[in-house]
Amino acid sequence: MTDLAAEPAPAAPALRRVAIDPLSRVEGHGKVTLLLDEHDRVRQARLHIVEFRGFERFIVGRPYWEVPVMVQRLCGICPVSHHLAACKAIEVALGITAVPRSAERLRRLMHYAQIMQSHALHFFHLSSPDLLLGFDAPAARRNLAGVAAAHPEVARRGVLLRRFGQEVIRMTSGKRVHGTGSVPGGVNRHLEPADRDALRAQAPQMIDWCEDAVALAERLLAQDEDTVRRFGTMRSSWMSIVRPDGAMELYDGVLRVRDADGRTLLDGADVQGYLGLIEEAVEPWTYMKFPYLRALGREAGWYRVGPLARLQTCDVVPTPRAEAQRRRFLAAGPVHATLAYHLARMIEMLHATETLADLLEDDALVAGERTVDPPRPRPAQRAGVGVIEAPRGTLIHHYAIGDDDLVSDCNLIVSTTHNNHAMNESVRAVAADAFDGRALTPALLDRIEVAVRAYDPCLSCATHALGSMPLEVRVVDARGELRDAVLRHDDGRLERCAT
Amino acid sequence: MRDVNGAAAGDGSGTGGAGDGLDVGGAGGDGLAEPGDGRSRTVAPLLVIAVGNPSRGDDALGPALLDRLRDAHVERAGDVELLLDFQLQVEHALDLAGRRAVLFVDASREAALAGTVSLARIEADAGTPGTSHALSAPAVLGIARRIGSAPPPSWQMAIGGRAFGLGEPLSGAGSAGLERGVEAALGWLRARRTETRADA
Repeated sequence: MTDLAAEPAPAAPALRRVAIDPLSRVEGHGKVTLLLDEHDRVRQARLHIVEFRGFERFIVGRPYWEVPVMVQRLCGICPVSHHLAACKAIEVALGITAVPRSAERLRRLMHYAQIMQSHALHFFHLSSPDLLLGFDAPAARRNLAGVAAAHPEVARRGVLLRRFGQEVIRMTSGKRVHGTGSVPGGVNRHLEPADRDALRAQAPQMIDWCEDAVALAERLLAQDEDTVRRFGTMRSSWMSIVRPDGAMELYDGVLRVRDADGRTLLDGADVQGYLGLIEEAVEPWTYMKFPYLRALGREAGWYRVGPLARLQTCDVVPTPRAEAQRRRFLAAGPVHATLAYHLARMIEMLHATETLADLLEDDALVAGERTVDPPRPRPAQRAGVGVIEAPRGTLIHHYAIGDDDLVSDCNLIVSTTHNNHAMNESVRAVAADAFDGRALTPALLDRIEVAVRAYDPCLSCATHALGSMPLEVRVVDARGELRDAVLRHDDGRLERCAT
Repeated sequence: MRDVNGAAAGDGSGTGGAGDGLDVGGAGGDGLAEPGDGRSRTVAPLLVIAVGNPSRGDDALGPALLDRLRDAHVERAGDVELLLDFQLQVEHALDLAGRRAVLFVDASREAALAGTVSLARIEADAGTPGTSHALSAPAVLGIARRIGSAPPPSWQMAIGGRAFGLGEPLSGAGSAGLERGVEAALGWLRARRTETRADA
């Protein structure tokens, strides 16, 4: 892909001037194009992220009962979210209105463990290096190993929190990956009593660590309040599912949207009608769509999802320690700072872990009916929507099943897609602040990454194979000419590309 | 419970390996209870970790190699554990504890390597700022070291693939590489077992 024997660029000793092949060949990379105006100020940012291209072709034609397992292969980061959203959608299509209590409890256990371990991975592995070591720390040190060197206990807890969540998933789904715990109509296993006892014994420690992580995130963000307030910040609407009574709900609920001032724009909306609420715009420069609320239109109807949204769409977090943190977090009113996602994520991790502890007290985890059969006769039209709050935000699965029991149609809106407009806008804001009008700098790349990372987009839903995750940033001037282009490889190496 | 010194128990996981204790032990251990069935087990001294998505063309090379090793009954003697995951993550640092040697297996997207196999020793590395949720094998070793567990001698096998599309089968080049990879992995296991016998 690259000519490694290229000559050094004289103006930037850290960079090299090389010729590169078309980068569209590289899957799994993040690509940013900054469009300048006639005064060389950043006018627009275009963030290209790999999404589920080919998903429909992958799923359509499969027997419906295979889908909850197959969709886990879409994403190595939150396979449980896809697993459960698919199950819920197919149950609606089959006419199943409720699953047994044991199934519902076990699915929740699995889901909240997914939230916990995903948030732990993001905070300790991806964002804490930025926050603990600083955006401007040397790139070679700004990683989990760097955190571990400077703050070994923080790194250690991050690994153990992550492993705890993974263990819950393994115990409820049967395997570390490609588990089959949830099936249309219920679940196929209980939690083993010995496993439940072991998890119960560990849960208090995990909750304490999560609360410490909230305090750590708060402390880190407070170190430079001015930067946090300005960095990639924008006013936006927020969307998530909530419990019908308005409490935070991550597994099943109704859709709610609030505007930037906290006013409720939409409430109690049945997720089955999502197509009437959300439209997806298409732009010619990316495969990724731009969802927006139909009622508000393309310009005003975009919104954000994920932890920062969920804390602001709900009226209350239904676990005490996380609710206390939510109240503190929102004490001064709505929060729009993009970097506040990190603190919101830790508050949610605390909530998820408190919820896990509560669930582990429920005997339905280890005994009781596991499945229900679909009603007979089966519905004439078999289609259904499953919505779940995945770690990164609202995840929508929509399937239709033919008379032959094969999936005849599917649609999927993932969390990263909901946040597409917001991520572009955050990158634009950061770049507009940091770009000097001339050339891309490592510091600017760092800031773009920090802005994108706040949303925790899933950049690795495609293959992850060795050597597939560079970041490319290009600058295009008002005449449409490529002004500069820099590629940062997995190993941190920067290459200035031919312009 | 598994600690950094290698004592282990717990329920099997992944593709049928040993337990997954939570406690990394060492000074300041948290005394965490052990998930699992409570039966005491010994960590297999040799670990093969394969990563990849079975539904993305040649990204399945790692999982396919693991299947082939299982079909070859390499686990029968009890000294080998086979572990599969989508991608390497921080918690895999805990899987290294108590091992004598580890082999990481992954597909490579380097076009020039399609159909070939490379096998090389790797050392712990700090890794780089994350634009991905996945870690490199050297970064996993680095995290193991940082959280108090000396990483075992480790190797990385890269099997060159060509096509990585969702729902695609293994490419011809990938299939050829798989055969070479299986032979190389079996050779690696023989070499490590020979070393073990020599040390004994």
